[in-house]
Amino acid sequence: MRFIKLISVIILAGLVASCGGGEQKLKFGVAGPMTGSDAAFGGQLKNGVEQAVADINAAGGILGQQIELISGDDVADPKQGVSVANQFIGEGVSFVVGHFNSGVTEPASDRYFESGLVMITPGSTNPKITERGYWNVFRTCGRDDQQGKVAGEYIAKTLAGKKVAVVHDKTTYGKGLADETKKTINSLGINEVLYEGVSKGERDYSALVSKIKQSGAEIVYWGGVHTEGGGLLRQLRDQGVTAQFIGGDGIVTQEFASLAGAGVEGTLMTFGPDPQKRPEAAAVVQKFLAKNYKPEAYTLYSYASVQVIAQAAEAIKSLDPQKVAEEIHSGKVYKTVIGDLSFDKKGDITRLDYIMYTWKKQQDGSFGYVEN
Amino acid sequence: MDYLIQQVINGLTLGSIYGLIAIGYTMVFGIIGMVNFAHGDVFMLSAFVALIIFLALSQLFGTINLALALLLVLVAGMALTALWAWTIERVAYRPLRGSFRLAPMISAIGMSIFLSNFVQWAQGPNNKPLEMVPTEIITIALGAGSITLSWKQITIMVTTAVLLMALWYLVQKTPLGRAQRACEQDRKMASILGVDVDRTISLTFVIGAALAAVAGLLWMVNYSQVNFADGYVPGVKAFTAAVLGGIGSLQGAVLGGILIGLIETLWSAYFSLAYKDVAALLILIVVLVFMPSGLFGRPDVEKV
Repeated sequence: MRFIKLISVIILAGLVASCGGGEQKLKFGVAGPMTGSDAAFGGQLKNGVEQAVADINAAGGILGQQIELISGDDVADPKQGVSVANQFIGEGVSFVVGHFNSGVTEPASDRYFESGLVMITPGSTNPKITERGYWNVFRTCGRDDQQGKVAGEYIAKTLAGKKVAVVHDKTTYGKGLADETKKTINSLGINEVLYEGVSKGERDYSALVSKIKQSGAEIVYWGGVHTEGGGLLRQLRDQGVTAQFIGGDGIVTQEFASLAGAGVEGTLMTFGPDPQKRPEAAAVVQKFLAKNYKPEAYTLYSYASVQVIAQAAEAIKSLDPQKVAEEIHSGKVYKTVIGDLSFDKKGDITRLDYIMYTWKKQQDGSFGYVEN
Repeated sequence: MDYLIQQVINGLTLGSIYGLIAIGYTMVFGIIGMVNFAHGDVFMLSAFVALIIFLALSQLFGTINLALALLLVLVAGMALTALWAWTIERVAYRPLRGSFRLAPMISAIGMSIFLSNFVQWAQGPNNKPLEMVPTEIITIALGAGSITLSWKQITIMVTTAVLLMALWYLVQKTPLGRAQRACEQDRKMASILGVDVDRTISLTFVIGAALAAVAGLLWMVNYSQVNFADGYVPGVKAFTAAVLGGIGSLQGAVLGGILIGLIETLWSAYFSLAYKDVAALLILIVVLVFMPSGLFGRPDVEKV
């Protein structure tokens, strides 16, 4: 009898306690490589999301609730990505913006899927991310099969008749992008003269450079991020190889130019139309510039990710991740700083988003990228 | 043929840098039988030191004579890196010398993590580029093709050769070298005979670090970029080189480094780049199966 009393007291106490904690906070997470070699991109994600959260909170929050932002550092490492995901889940985060590297986003999104968190990645472009049919995964950027097609067709048409070498960094993103481009040029009747992968963290590319030289390649297509890409480009130019260098959205940072040196001049690169130039973004860009931060590349894509979640939640008057995800999937148009976005059943954006840029010396002497 | 020679030059350059780092591993192991896992990070630190001194010099004096600047950076970088290594030995290794065998090794792993995190915190996580390096290349026509040889590559190979000879002289012909060899054979006996063992060991760390500082500067000159994680891969490769050459042997370390550099480069040249590390480590296994103490190593004699 006393035992039953004890049990009922415990249950009652539990009920009271759970009532007390009923006021749940609305938590957002931003995850990316905040430190490590890809820190330039992590900074873009963090700055974009922080600004968006600050702006939304200043305007009264989502459905009257203020957002609490938690930041997670995955160091561009899949294992760290999963532990950041676990940390977010443990802290009761409902919406995540991130991660950046496709190889990290993939395993982390598995954890979010299992635990019912909505994740929008502003920068993971590997097709697999949204091809797995997860209800909770979205992205505000394009896909590498679109990007590879744009790059491949440019190589086959504009640069017709030149020998192509394809090099990647053996990551999910880098190899994925290189393979999509290779597939496109192969289908247009061009066979690459060289296909190689370099290890992340390697610095000596002299053997590869000599191999590229020997192969007679006039175009080097790079699938990977700026750290290895910049070093490879510098060593190519050091050994007197003048082949046209072409990269993807993994080199969209000023750091690429500082790593590659003067040889960056004329490098081609695929990326979305520069969001900083959109009229919708003007006010937000001013805010960033006032803080002395140039909202490069994925900064505004990250800002837009938060806007999509906020607008979807406001539209259905609910903060339940599952319902918000259903709403985003519905194909409705959201007004964001990177233009009007709508999402398909997979969670990809419906507009095609890649154009070609060229790295050029600018008037102040530094290097920048301009649309072709 | 020109392609083969070109790749051999590439391999020799890379191998020379590995060799310079490997000397630090091999000397410390030879004298106190400990693998100094922090050595790769000391090398990374020295590259940062070189970068900072160079930038400071060019800020202070504008465009100065490049050869003079490099010489200044070299001397100052060696001194500062040696000071770091001396401190590390004094703080993290010496107190543990009488302890069980694994203690200083664990301490070294801790020091390695500390150094890379310290640099990440102090210098930021981004890659640091260096804009200044001369890129002139010499093109030598050979048969149908041609070979390119840059001044950087020549500097690296010549520096390694000169330093190896200087170090050989130091160890074989000077009083310090004699003390080092005595400590290597029997530390207790050496101290009874009046050799200052602690000082000799400290100096060994200092010499190893000074050579790593040369490697760090050459690295900056050759690759023009460094980040806080760059101690890891060269560190592991250099350690492999030291084992391949016979740990404890100076010429073995440099030869091991050059062999690893050559194997990696030639494998990349004729097969897939992706598996070059597998090739290098496979050769290591084969060598160790037939020569367990490496190419130049002396087998351990059981002391009775």
